[in-house]
Amino acid sequence: MIYFDKVSKVYPDDTLALDSVSFTVEPKEFVTIVGHSGAGKTTLLKMLIAEDRPSKGSVFFESANIHKLGKGAVSKLRRRIGTIFQDFRLIPNKTAYENIAFAMEAAGRTDAEIASDVPYVLELVDLHHKIYAFPHELSGGEKQRIAIARAIVNQPDIVIADEPTGNLDPINTFEIIKILKKINDLGTTVLLTTHNRGVVDEIKGRVITMEKGKLMRDDKKGKYAL
Amino acid sequence: MIFTKVRRVVRTGFVNFWRNGFLSLSSILVLSIALLVFGSLIFFSTLSDRFLDTVREKVDINVYFALNAGETDILELQKTLEKMPEVSTTEYISREESLKRFKEKHQDNTLILQGLEEIGDNPLPAVLTIKAKDPSQYESIAKSLADRSFIDDVNYGRNKVIIDRLSRIIPLVEKTVSVLIIILIVMAVIVTFNTIRVIIFSSRDEIAVMKLVGASNMYVRGPFVVSGIMYGIASAILAIVVLGLFAYYMDALYIRFLHAYPGDISEIRHILFGYYVSNFKTIFALILGSGVALGAVSSYMAVRRYLNV
Repeated sequence: MIYFDKVSKVYPDDTLALDSVSFTVEPKEFVTIVGHSGAGKTTLLKMLIAEDRPSKGSVFFESANIHKLGKGAVSKLRRRIGTIFQDFRLIPNKTAYENIAFAMEAAGRTDAEIASDVPYVLELVDLHHKIYAFPHELSGGEKQRIAIARAIVNQPDIVIADEPTGNLDPINTFEIIKILKKINDLGTTVLLTTHNRGVVDEIKGRVITMEKGKLMRDDKKGKYAL
Repeated sequence: MIFTKVRRVVRTGFVNFWRNGFLSLSSILVLSIALLVFGSLIFFSTLSDRFLDTVREKVDINVYFALNAGETDILELQKTLEKMPEVSTTEYISREESLKRFKEKHQDNTLILQGLEEIGDNPLPAVLTIKAKDPSQYESIAKSLADRSFIDDVNYGRNKVIIDRLSRIIPLVEKTVSVLIIILIVMAVIVTFNTIRVIIFSSRDEIAVMKLVGASNMYVRGPFVVSGIMYGIASAILAIVVLGLFAYYMDALYIRFLHAYPGDISEIRHILFGYYVSNFKTIFALILGSGVALGAVSSYMAVRRYLNV
């Protein structure tokens, strides 16, 4: 489904963020990418949504080379990928409802679909009572759950989560991981980065370990190994 | 589909306009100032046009005829002159008329009137006043009048200096005014553009998120352009109201200033406000059009640099 082919990334200040990384993600997998800060985890995910481009190598989504797509095609690709960020990145002047509805509007869904799906995903992340709250009225964990709702509302083929629990306390972290596992159980591929040992050991799935831009280990049933 | 998209873009634009309260207000104020500059330049050019017209109006040449000149000769000359393309109007003042006007003008001065009676006969010549379409044409008109025995004097020579100066100054003033207009408008546009850019700068993260969620460039940009158009409409209305008040009070001030000449006031009264009222549609369309264009184009361009995600 996703194929990284000898991807390298050198930033303008000569930092080597990725060093010839290759791996494949199959549909319905739950892949956890672990590594210290600066290991290249975020860069890896940025490649997937064409937020950044590789210096060498290529990234494929199904049969399409992501970095050879035109602008319109990139937008369409992003609608098939749900993205969750460490800093939530909700739109501050939109309510919880509107933040989620926006992703559907951008994907060109009808008003009827929006009216039925948004409350449904809010129910899924257990925040139906905060439907008209603005982001500044929500706690960190709630914000992240809204962000997850936004990421899954378009029924994406894959959800990528870049340190989604990095800003959260242990209880909220556990909640978020539970939701991600539920999403995966419902048939969506999940790609998660973290440096939290508890999270990795909790998921008990495939673990890719990164260090200084290199892929060090790739274990089918992995544990935190740093 | 297109309809749904346009409806959503417009609705989002409206909602953002309200929710960004303070930012919207500040951009409306800046945009209003730009439009006020534009509007007051319209007024300024009206005033200067009016002033130049008045000056032009005052410039003429007088042909003084010999006392024994026949009226038929004079009327003949008037006809010939009126056929000349350079001539705008002519006015014939007979000897009797001249005397009457002279007496009227000096009715309070018994000394002059007594002197006039002493002479007994009418000492004043008949006069033909000629106005040219353009001050630079007086010279050729004056030349064409030379060598006629029944003409005593043409005052072109005496007026020459002032006429020459005016024909040089008038185009210069007009040119200066238009250069000023352009400079001020460019400044106003730059200031407005920067203000809107700062506002959109504060939304750059939001723009990035929209792009990452899969919104197309047009879909992200649309609401900003709609908000820009709304800034334009709101500030145009504000500017129109302020311009109206400005025109009204400027006229009042002007009238008070000219109070020394009560006779002229009825003419001068409400130069600006009169112009404002009679050209309201044009002014409104101009201001509204430039406000909307400025708001929309600034927003459109300002979003561009943040779309590259």
